[in-house]
Amino acid sequence: MPLIEVILGGVILGGLYALVAIGFNLQFGMARIVNLAYGEFLMGAAFAAFFMYTLFSINPIVGMLLSVPVSFAANWLIYRVLMLPLVRRARTRDDLEGQTILATFGLLFVLRGAATLAFTADNRYYNYLGVPLNIFGFTFAANRVLACVLACIFGGASLMVLNRTRFGTALRALNIDPIGAELVGIDVRGMAGLAFAGGGALAAAAGTLVSTFLTFNPAIGIEFTMKALVVVIMGGIGNMAGCLTAGLLLGIAESLCSYYVDSGLTLAVAYALFLIVLVVRPRGLFGTP
Amino acid sequence: MAASAEDRRRRRTRTAAAIGALVALVAVLATVPLLTSDYQLSFMVNVMSYLVLTIAWALFSGTTRLVSLATSAFFGIGMYTVAMSIKILPLYASFALAIVVGAAVALVVGVLTLRLSGMFFVIFSFGLSEMIRELMVWWEINQTHTMGRYVYVPFDTTMIYEHLLGLAVVVFLVGWLLRRSRLGIALLVIGEDETVARQVGINVPFTKVAIFIVSAMFMTLTGALMAPRFSFINPNFAFNPLVSFVVVIMALLGGLQKLWAPVLGVIPLIILSERLQTQFPFWYSVLLGLVFMVIVYFLPRGVTGLLEDIWKALGRPLALPRGFTGPLLDAWAWLSRPIFLPRGLAGIIEERWLKIMPRANEKR
Amino acid sequence: MHTQWRRAMAAAALAAFGTLAALPVHAADAPNSIRIGYAISLSGVNAQGAATTTLPGYDLWVHDVNAQGGIFVKEFNKKIPVEVVAKYDDTSSAETMLRLEEKLMTEDKVDFVLPPWSTGFNLAAAPIFAKYGYPDLAVTANANDEEQLVKQFPTLFFFLNQPIHFGQALIEVLNKYKNSGQLNNKIAMVSVGDQFGAEMSAGFGAGLKASGYDIVLQKSYPLGAADLTNEIKEAKASGADTFIAASYPPDTFMLTGTAITQGYNPKIFYTAVGTAFAEYGANFKKKAQGVMGIGGWNPALPGAMDYYKRQLAVTGHAPDGWASPVTYASLQILQQAIEKAGTLDRKKVLDTIVNGGPWQTISGPIDLKTHIVEHQWGAGQWQNGQFVGVSPTDMPGVKPFIFPKPSW
Repeated sequence: MPLIEVILGGVILGGLYALVAIGFNLQFGMARIVNLAYGEFLMGAAFAAFFMYTLFSINPIVGMLLSVPVSFAANWLIYRVLMLPLVRRARTRDDLEGQTILATFGLLFVLRGAATLAFTADNRYYNYLGVPLNIFGFTFAANRVLACVLACIFGGASLMVLNRTRFGTALRALNIDPIGAELVGIDVRGMAGLAFAGGGALAAAAGTLVSTFLTFNPAIGIEFTMKALVVVIMGGIGNMAGCLTAGLLLGIAESLCSYYVDSGLTLAVAYALFLIVLVVRPRGLFGTP
Repeated sequence: MAASAEDRRRRRTRTAAAIGALVALVAVLATVPLLTSDYQLSFMVNVMSYLVLTIAWALFSGTTRLVSLATSAFFGIGMYTVAMSIKILPLYASFALAIVVGAAVALVVGVLTLRLSGMFFVIFSFGLSEMIRELMVWWEINQTHTMGRYVYVPFDTTMIYEHLLGLAVVVFLVGWLLRRSRLGIALLVIGEDETVARQVGINVPFTKVAIFIVSAMFMTLTGALMAPRFSFINPNFAFNPLVSFVVVIMALLGGLQKLWAPVLGVIPLIILSERLQTQFPFWYSVLLGLVFMVIVYFLPRGVTGLLEDIWKALGRPLALPRGFTGPLLDAWAWLSRPIFLPRGLAGIIEERWLKIMPRANEKR
Repeated sequence: MHTQWRRAMAAAALAAFGTLAALPVHAADAPNSIRIGYAISLSGVNAQGAATTTLPGYDLWVHDVNAQGGIFVKEFNKKIPVEVVAKYDDTSSAETMLRLEEKLMTEDKVDFVLPPWSTGFNLAAAPIFAKYGYPDLAVTANANDEEQLVKQFPTLFFFLNQPIHFGQALIEVLNKYKNSGQLNNKIAMVSVGDQFGAEMSAGFGAGLKASGYDIVLQKSYPLGAADLTNEIKEAKASGADTFIAASYPPDTFMLTGTAITQGYNPKIFYTAVGTAFAEYGANFKKKAQGVMGIGGWNPALPGAMDYYKRQLAVTGHAPDGWASPVTYASLQILQQAIEKAGTLDRKKVLDTIVNGGPWQTISGPIDLKTHIVEHQWGAGQWQNGQFVGVSPTDMPGVKPFIFPKPSW
């Protein structure tokens, strides 16, 4: 296998990580909520796609028209009902992070338990777009490439919105200084609610795409949440470019490791890379100190 | 300065009383294995192990406010060191080795994480635990070609319990002494404001790393002591990431204000999980999650906070100027009033409706 | 008159005999039910495995036994229904599982405890079963040191092959085609980073080398890997005719899917756990044809197909073609041993399980004299929508092997 093929494979895998992390970054970076139940929405969307595809033969991409708005609404409600009381109560940012971690940890268990009761603990798998796709003469699975492409599109779109629109500027103000943002007339809570809901919508999109090539069950959510956390922290909280870069770096590192060293070490290498980045840059790759 | 001497004397008596109570409590707890069934004893082992882990966690994280998810890493290091060395070392030697390994890892990690704060520290500690687990799995598969290790030693549940009880006493004493030492006060200042700490001449890096190592040593030893409980150990048993999360939840449930506060988090949460696992096995996740959420929303300062509130309420004069009979009389008076509904229930509904749909009236 | 008289005499005699027969029975002492308990992963990472392989078997067995009115226990001279009095969630934590087993045995004092799911949990639980003298029918466990373990823990029984035997069963198939020149001696082997993968790859590797195979690619990958494209590409490039994966269900599905996408068509395509799942056939349909996997069963055995249909109807879960039928068979053995021993005394039942065999089950006759089921299906293959046993070839009901695997 030529080096370029290994790297391409890593890029595709990294795209998946970035895709999973973008929504989390919106919730964490803009709304300031560490949502440990993020992965549960990914898992929920995966199940939705699975049942729509196997029971009604609805194309998963079309199915996103349903699951993405539902997840948006659900996350908006969660922000308004569950998170706002904590936001109001919190004295400092650290305090808020601690409280939301606990609350969403509870939510994670509730949602996972409910999913187990509703869908049983069985593994689910279906195959959509599992067809070969030729890129520069190398073969990759179309569904994985699609996930990577959509990650780039979502990442790029969020980047554009954040950097080029008034709405995005307001959102970035939330990330940098929520109190200052309020002083200049930004509806902080309304905006944060939208960012949180948007993150949830992206989780559903990611879940749908992931379900086309990964086996999943109700317990899968936390793995994606932790992966997203690692990517977001590594890239710099709230930074979309950092998020994409970190995701791709992790993917490429894993691919190189699996080819040149041993696949068994891929996750260890990914974590090691993450730790090294933090030791060198304590606020992430693109983080401002 | 007579008051001060009086104060000191009073404090001394109180300390003596506290020590006496503690000794009595430990003596009672030490006899537990004689009185209970095997299951109850292993339940107590669970309580003790989480107690040590949580107090040790609070030693570092409670004061520095750096939330560590590395508990499972050190617990696992302890357990796995024993599993790996038990064939060549006597039991206590492998416990000692575990502490040394744990302290060494803690030293490296402590130094590396000095510049990290907030979520960066949290996820670093999580990533560290996962990396160690992945490395152990890879090592076992590719170097030893087996992943399970058997630990058969004459160290039964009673022995584990007594040792954990001893360890709990030690960690408690260390925490108590620490709060009275320069090191502990330095740590509190760091937790409040690191810049201030540096300004007043505290050696911040040394203090943080030192406490991190002490805390990690207790966690490692707990893991090591728990190794004989599992006669069969693999890295996934030893480095269970859930342990880290559970310890944080327990500490926060108990509250971080007092040294003994984690006790109030560990015991209820363990009893509760055990109840849910056995009584409502299919609803375990949902119910446990709901309990976590109730804690966050209704017990923000933990059980300790709740107790303090109750204590304070008891200390206040009763907010019932007319005694208990007052409200009863009020209720009686209210009930004996005629119901004031000139237009009956229909009138109420109509009023509501007009509020929601003001135009309904106009059309008529 | 005569006939009437004779009839009356016969009736009286019958009544008298009935009373006599009934007299020595201590009906009052008979328990209302045979109390069964188990702790298994209902939540957490192990829940999917337990839900697929083990739990439906437990549910079906309880249902079946009680549909017949219970198990006949001679000691009480009546049929006693089975009751699951304690069903606990070990939350996929080994520490919790150990404690709950102790609770079942010392607090709830159930008559029999059914084992937890997975090799690791069963090996960890074995000392507790042995300590309290509970028969430990550890179906979902296998290890390379089974002989030594059953000596150490006299209540422990192993039902599945040891990893080395799975290797031998596969090599038996490979040898046939290698010796006739239809298969080269190159092997590409990957394994999952867990106990199972480690022991399987060790067991396979030793056997393959001894039989003169050249393992040109050997890699492990972590549990929960998100992408195995590189592994399939390397295997494709390695020139090996045989692909072996010591895999777990999620990776089994991913490896197969990736191999299809990459157009990787080795002559032998072998994946481990999950290949025998009904979902595998349902998902890959005709593409599953010729895929080899661990385990195997013989649907032609008496009661086997009936069991398949019953489990699907009662629990909604189609059994897999490997450990599911064995799980049910292990419970059939427990049931028969209780009947044969005529008592609920665990020590006597344990002795009967060991010495009373061979037991007739839906997996054929099983003898537990050595505490280890020696002769078992080692390898199976998907053939026309069914996962059937193909090796060892001296098993009754063995099916002819499809070689080479048809292109995807």
